[in-house]
Amino acid sequence: MLKPERIGLLALALILVVAMPVGNLLPPGSPLHVSNFTLNLFGKFLTYAILALGLDLLWGYAGVLSLGHGVFFGLGAYAMGMHLMLEIGSKSVYQSALPDFMVWNQVKELPLFWKPFYSAPFTLAAIVVVPALFALVFGFLAFRSRVRGVYLSIITQALALSAWLVFNRNEMRLGGTNGLADFKTIFGVPLNQPGTQRMLYVVTALTLVAAWALCRWITVSRAGKVLVAIRDSETRVLFSGYSPASYKLFVFVVSAVLAGVAGALYAPQVGIITPAKMGVLPSIEMVVWVAAGGRGTLIGAVLGAIGVNWIQSWLTTSYPDFWLLFLGALFMSVVLFIPDGVVGALARAAQFLRRRSASTLGAPLLGRATLGSSRMPGGSDTT
Amino acid sequence: MKRLLVLLFVAWLAGPPASHAQSPDTLKALADLAVDNPDTREAAVAVIGSTKDPKWLDFLGALRDGNVYARGKGKGAEVVVGGAKSTKGDAEIIEITSAYDRKPLGAVPLASLVEIAADRRLRIAIKPFLDADETRVQLENPDPETRRGAAMKLAYQADAGAAAAVEAAIKKETVPNVRHALEEALALIRLAGTDPAVRILAAQALGALHSSDAMPALQRLAADTAATPAERNAATSAIRQIERWSLLVRAVETAFQGASLASILLLMALGLAIVFGLMGVINMAHGELMALGAYSTFVVQNVFRERWPERFDAYFVVALPVSFAVAALVGVILERGVIRRLYGRPLETLLLTWGASLIIQQALRLYFGAANVDVASPTWLSGGFALMTGLTLPFNRIFIIGLASVSVAAMYWLLFRTDTGLRIRAVTQNRSMSSCLGVRAGWVDATTFALGAGLAGLAGCALTQIGNVGPSLGQNYIVDSFMVVVTGGVGKLLGTILAAAGIGGLNKGIEPALGAVFAKVAILIAVILFLQRRPAGLFATRGRGAEA
Repeated sequence: MLKPERIGLLALALILVVAMPVGNLLPPGSPLHVSNFTLNLFGKFLTYAILALGLDLLWGYAGVLSLGHGVFFGLGAYAMGMHLMLEIGSKSVYQSALPDFMVWNQVKELPLFWKPFYSAPFTLAAIVVVPALFALVFGFLAFRSRVRGVYLSIITQALALSAWLVFNRNEMRLGGTNGLADFKTIFGVPLNQPGTQRMLYVVTALTLVAAWALCRWITVSRAGKVLVAIRDSETRVLFSGYSPASYKLFVFVVSAVLAGVAGALYAPQVGIITPAKMGVLPSIEMVVWVAAGGRGTLIGAVLGAIGVNWIQSWLTTSYPDFWLLFLGALFMSVVLFIPDGVVGALARAAQFLRRRSASTLGAPLLGRATLGSSRMPGGSDTT
Repeated sequence: MKRLLVLLFVAWLAGPPASHAQSPDTLKALADLAVDNPDTREAAVAVIGSTKDPKWLDFLGALRDGNVYARGKGKGAEVVVGGAKSTKGDAEIIEITSAYDRKPLGAVPLASLVEIAADRRLRIAIKPFLDADETRVQLENPDPETRRGAAMKLAYQADAGAAAAVEAAIKKETVPNVRHALEEALALIRLAGTDPAVRILAAQALGALHSSDAMPALQRLAADTAATPAERNAATSAIRQIERWSLLVRAVETAFQGASLASILLLMALGLAIVFGLMGVINMAHGELMALGAYSTFVVQNVFRERWPERFDAYFVVALPVSFAVAALVGVILERGVIRRLYGRPLETLLLTWGASLIIQQALRLYFGAANVDVASPTWLSGGFALMTGLTLPFNRIFIIGLASVSVAAMYWLLFRTDTGLRIRAVTQNRSMSSCLGVRAGWVDATTFALGAGLAGLAGCALTQIGNVGPSLGQNYIVDSFMVVVTGGVGKLLGTILAAAGIGGLNKGIEPALGAVFAKVAILIAVILFLQRRPAGLFATRGRGAEA
């Protein structure tokens, strides 16, 4: 029963969840030692991977390309960040009970919407509920009026731009351009200790596994079949008596929640959250993780998020000028040459070699012919 | 003071002015300047300045500009004015002239002179003497703008002594807006006077002139308990008159700004829209094509500055077609090279063009640097058209409105009056049927893409006149122009035009109330709500082709 893909998947999960933290526990001299820095870096990558799973569910399966997922990521991260800011209390630079940036901005009293974030349970709930609600309202309006294809992408991009603009404003009382930073403790535990970071890493890795399981469960269910059907021919699904809007809204909300959770795990590990993480460019970068890894396959999203960011952290330190060139080239070459991503390409290669079905990696693989879900307006009808 | 003037007068009468114009007082003051003591120097400036003799004022001007030197040391030092500098061998040589009448004293080595440095304190002491004089002299200046500036300065000073000069200037003045400024100045000077009857007249005049500069003075008068009721009434009604006027001005201004923003959006969205209509492709690199147009303008400008500096103003005329051509060329390369491989897959094309945009943007950054570059306006685009009191419409904005109108007209002509347009419309409506009937769809695609890209280049060229030119130029407007395309709907130019006008007007209309950021957010909400009613934009394609 254990097919090679399953073994690979299991190995990956074991490496990420068990081997990395254990490697971190080993003494620095050991060849298998994982430094605190690397562990922290991978913690960040894994939060991206959680987000990428949600995005893949939305784009790879339901064919809805969102260019605004940075917003949901940001909402989750800010919710967590607000709680962490309040936890600092009067240990901050200005020794005020208010966060430092409020002292600079001459805010005398904690704004009302900050107050509930003193409570940890409320914060944990907000991480899920705030992005979900936001996605619900936005998605409801968008999908109900059957905004789709590039229209939807443009609208979500405008959403990312607006959110970025708004969060940059000081009068939003969210730290403006500087965002939220300088966290000290998380749920009472000091953040800067290796042990805490290791714990956060493990939590992130387990969340990733859970998110993968959730997405897997959705995609193999009947609903998952409908999603793929929507991607391939929404009109036909509509005429078959399904309501594509409800399915799309459901996936949109799920993926927003995953993005929010990813953001909430990101904030304490990286130690800062600024509006720059939720703008237009970061939002579309998230899409390229999924595209490069292989959309329509859950594992592709995970590998894409880790791989692209690994390259990014290497390039931006070694050749900062070339990162954007590389990113641009990556966008173009993935779309042109491997539309189903690295995983898809590998699977096709394996299929070619073994001449047998390789469709066990998730949803039915995207062939070139089925990629275009929404054809040109006024275009030919070839199906 | 009077004695001094008489002395000067006598001295002037008495023949060669060289030494006679220099009274003992001024001579002593001149010598004092060479003394290294700020108080002595300041007193000396006061003595020299109060002569009001144009030649002495000239001298003070030279002193302020750091061209005055002392020759010799101590008591016997002579104060001279320096002129042209040159080098002879190792030494620097300077031509010097006498302080008062600028009699050439030959050229001496710079090293033999000590500069009398005009520090801040000295410059402040000099300023009033020069200003009072300069402003009045400026009233005679041949340049209307200088005259207007002088009038505004006098109005601000409200110095009763200047009233006669202003009155004389009004009689001679022919340029309307200078005359207006002068009248405003006169009324303000009179308002500052003491005679109630004159002040009432002045207040009424200010009201009739719609002088917003007079508001503080009028408000003071209206609240002044020492003034007569008639005066205060006159001031109050003048204030009301001015306020009504400024309301009108603001309304017209907002409308103009809305039209100007709408034109920019239209210029950008036009290219996007025809490409979107034809191929269903959202060209994310559109903003970077604009940036290419802007940088082409920058390059053309530099070439003109280097080769033909005397024809500099003409550079913009050359830059327009050049930026169109450069952007169109890059557009064709993009289309033929990569985009055509992805027909029928709009989302992939969107990502592809985004990748292209990143590459172009970073290439521009690497080649031209990350900082903004400086594009100078040709003289015929600087300045503005004074539409009404308190409202000047800048020529560059008017130009953009004009350019957008011409572009739209040209697009209409091209699409509906030429064979190329017919083919473009045919392929837009039904690609495969057109192909069957012998239209070369690939060729039409390339033409259209070139056209759209060229329009983006043109927009970029126009944008250099009103904004910063940097590698991320395109990003600032691009999302807005996407919104225009989405709102306008596919395949209808009219939709794009109306959407641009609507979004531009709405943006500028609510900006004063909400601020720029929240205005943008409000626009997004408005667009989403609008799409509730019309999911495919203002003018959706109907019929069988619509739901593909």
